[in-house]
Amino acid sequence: MPQVISIQPVTRIEGQARIDIHLDDAGQVADARLAIDALRGFEQFVIGRPAEEIPRIVSRICGICPWMHHLAAAKAIDCCFAATPPPAGQLLRELCHVLAHIHDKILHFFFLAAPDFIFEPNSDYSVRNLMGLVQRQPELAAEVVRMRQLGLAMLERIAGKATHPVAAVVGGFAKPMTEQERQGLLADGRVLLDFACRALDAAKKQVFVRFAEEETALGAIRTGFLGTVDDQGNLRFYQGRLRLMRPGGDTIDFAPSDYDRYLAERTEPWSTAKMVYARAWNEGFSLDLEAPRGVYRVNTLARINVCDRIATPLAQAELEAFRARFGRPAQGALLAHWARLIELVYACERVLELLADQRIAEPLVRTPAEPRAGRGCGQVEAPRGTLIHDFTTDDNGCIVRANLIVGTTHNIAPMNMSVHRAASTLIDGGRVDAALLNRIEMAVRAYDP
Amino acid sequence: MSETRRPRLCCHWLHACSGCELALLNGGDLFLGLLQLVDIVHFPLLLDYKYASGAEGKPDLPAAEIGLVSGGVASKNQLEVLRTLRGQCRILVAFGTCASHGGIPALRNQWTAEQTWNTVFQEDERSCSGEFEYEKWLDRVYAIDEQVEVDLLLPGCPPRPETIVATVAALAAGHQPQLAEKSVCEHCPTVRTGTGRMSVRRFLANADYDPEAPVDSMRCLLEQGLLCMGPVTVGGCGGREMPLCIRARVPCRGCYGPVRRQGNQLLDLLNVLASKGIDHRAIVDRRSLLRFSGAHGLLKPNIREG
Repeated sequence: MPQVISIQPVTRIEGQARIDIHLDDAGQVADARLAIDALRGFEQFVIGRPAEEIPRIVSRICGICPWMHHLAAAKAIDCCFAATPPPAGQLLRELCHVLAHIHDKILHFFFLAAPDFIFEPNSDYSVRNLMGLVQRQPELAAEVVRMRQLGLAMLERIAGKATHPVAAVVGGFAKPMTEQERQGLLADGRVLLDFACRALDAAKKQVFVRFAEEETALGAIRTGFLGTVDDQGNLRFYQGRLRLMRPGGDTIDFAPSDYDRYLAERTEPWSTAKMVYARAWNEGFSLDLEAPRGVYRVNTLARINVCDRIATPLAQAELEAFRARFGRPAQGALLAHWARLIELVYACERVLELLADQRIAEPLVRTPAEPRAGRGCGQVEAPRGTLIHDFTTDDNGCIVRANLIVGTTHNIAPMNMSVHRAASTLIDGGRVDAALLNRIEMAVRAYDP
Repeated sequence: MSETRRPRLCCHWLHACSGCELALLNGGDLFLGLLQLVDIVHFPLLLDYKYASGAEGKPDLPAAEIGLVSGGVASKNQLEVLRTLRGQCRILVAFGTCASHGGIPALRNQWTAEQTWNTVFQEDERSCSGEFEYEKWLDRVYAIDEQVEVDLLLPGCPPRPETIVATVAALAAGHQPQLAEKSVCEHCPTVRTGTGRMSVRRFLANADYDPEAPVDSMRCLLEQGLLCMGPVTVGGCGGREMPLCIRARVPCRGCYGPVRRQGNQLLDLLNVLASKGIDHRAIVDRRSLLRFSGAHGLLKPNIREG
């Protein structure tokens, strides 16, 4: 008899989701889906609000990456009001953006994902987690916790409020950095970079060694990728052009404000999460595992795949080694974890670059703005992928229309494919156990949804 | 099993952003210390406890002495989980402003759930996703104390990590937690003279202050003519030190909710402005004064807007 196996909730991810695995009469996987049921309504309730308030409202889309929404919105509202932040304002925003990537990557890798690899695959759920890590490797756990704290403390010094921030304002930033603060932050940034390099080395020994075996167990999918690069093709988090890569490696670059010419959104009846697909490929949309259409991935692996190079030396060396081993584009879903730690190194190096630029401590941080009618698209790379905020204002500078594409939305389609593939590869004759179901969740965790 | 069992802690999120859970983790060493005081039995961000197997599975949540619930309630599923949590937890805490007062997601209470659905899913996408399902969604976003009995409100967007840890530790030890009862202004060091501009302006240019000087030399933002919700918002965001937004030289928007549990931040602020002789008519989008506390029926659909 046909049967549905549900995994609810999907755990050790940064949001709420359920997996439904549909089995046929023979107990083979007929379909498997990742469902997200939520009606948040941000695109509705920003309507009528004064646009300059939006960065402080949309931050609540995600409590783990509020800086991403805060900054994407600030960039969009700058455009609506035609306000250009002064250099210090731009640099302070990017510094906060990169710092927010750092504590997020530490959280995801060590607190959420690593227990799957550090503990034995059949270990009990009560052990296979952060609390278990604290028991087994107390020194590592304590250092990870301390480094996250350091990143957060740096954000607090710059911006006052680190979670659900308020310091990015239309036209720039609310508070300048003093020279003394800059020196202190530089010292802390060096501590973070040292940690990032050691973390990557340790992960190669303790975590990545299990990837080949696990990738075989989970099965593979083949998709395109989307990320942000600068004019020279360097990896960028805060500002740049979007690059869409086909599964075979061909790319097209476009301005973020043209996103709706290259991408399109749709929904399926079984989930209230929208899915985005590559309109530019003119092949429609399909989640068919053998012949997907329009499906691409975002997030760490996507960014590492689409960039030609990384403009900081330590991360570039890691990228070259990664590419020599896995090719370009690398398709293995778990490689997103490896890419995450390469990005952690880049983020730490970028923090030092930004702090070395003395303009960051200039006193002029904000250009006063005037409300007006306009349209603005703000785009950043969030930890979970390309984030696009698109707002239109009326003559009074209040919002009349909003469209938001968050990082995870792009990944809904490929996550569904990964779940389906993993379930099909692992389940035979309807037999499941806790370890097997956790493996299917590992396919989701790699996306950091 | 040890004979002196530690209190069990159950953490669950509903219509929420996960910022409250992150705030608990952001306690760092304090969080690690808390792990010595309680046993976490359910916490989807960290622990692989599954409460439903099978598509129609009823929530099967573990019993706990302390339950932290973040987020408001917006769907029938969330309501079912919340009721189960209430039954399983001896002390149920509304964790954060969404659970306590609705928070930002309750801004959508200015529209019906169906209107929101239609806006979010444009016509071309709706053809795939089907029509709005009345049986799935509640009519609006509720604070959790509108649906079940709640023992303690721990507001904040997010609550301060030290406060969360101290609150759970106090409950675990059988004590009454100490939470802020006065307004944000209580710990705001800015200079108040009792006089100021008679109007409020939009926050389109930075406040007037000397960045090299300490905050206690900056004039009160409300007296500078910037709308600041400090007087009608319960304090605690900065601990014993200055409020967080003031550290960024930015006015408060009320994210901890009203000073009194039943307070109305919109009416309270209009009263404050009237008492200072400030003209409230300059406020664009007055209902935004309920930005963090639109549950409890305070924000309603505007019939005229249809």
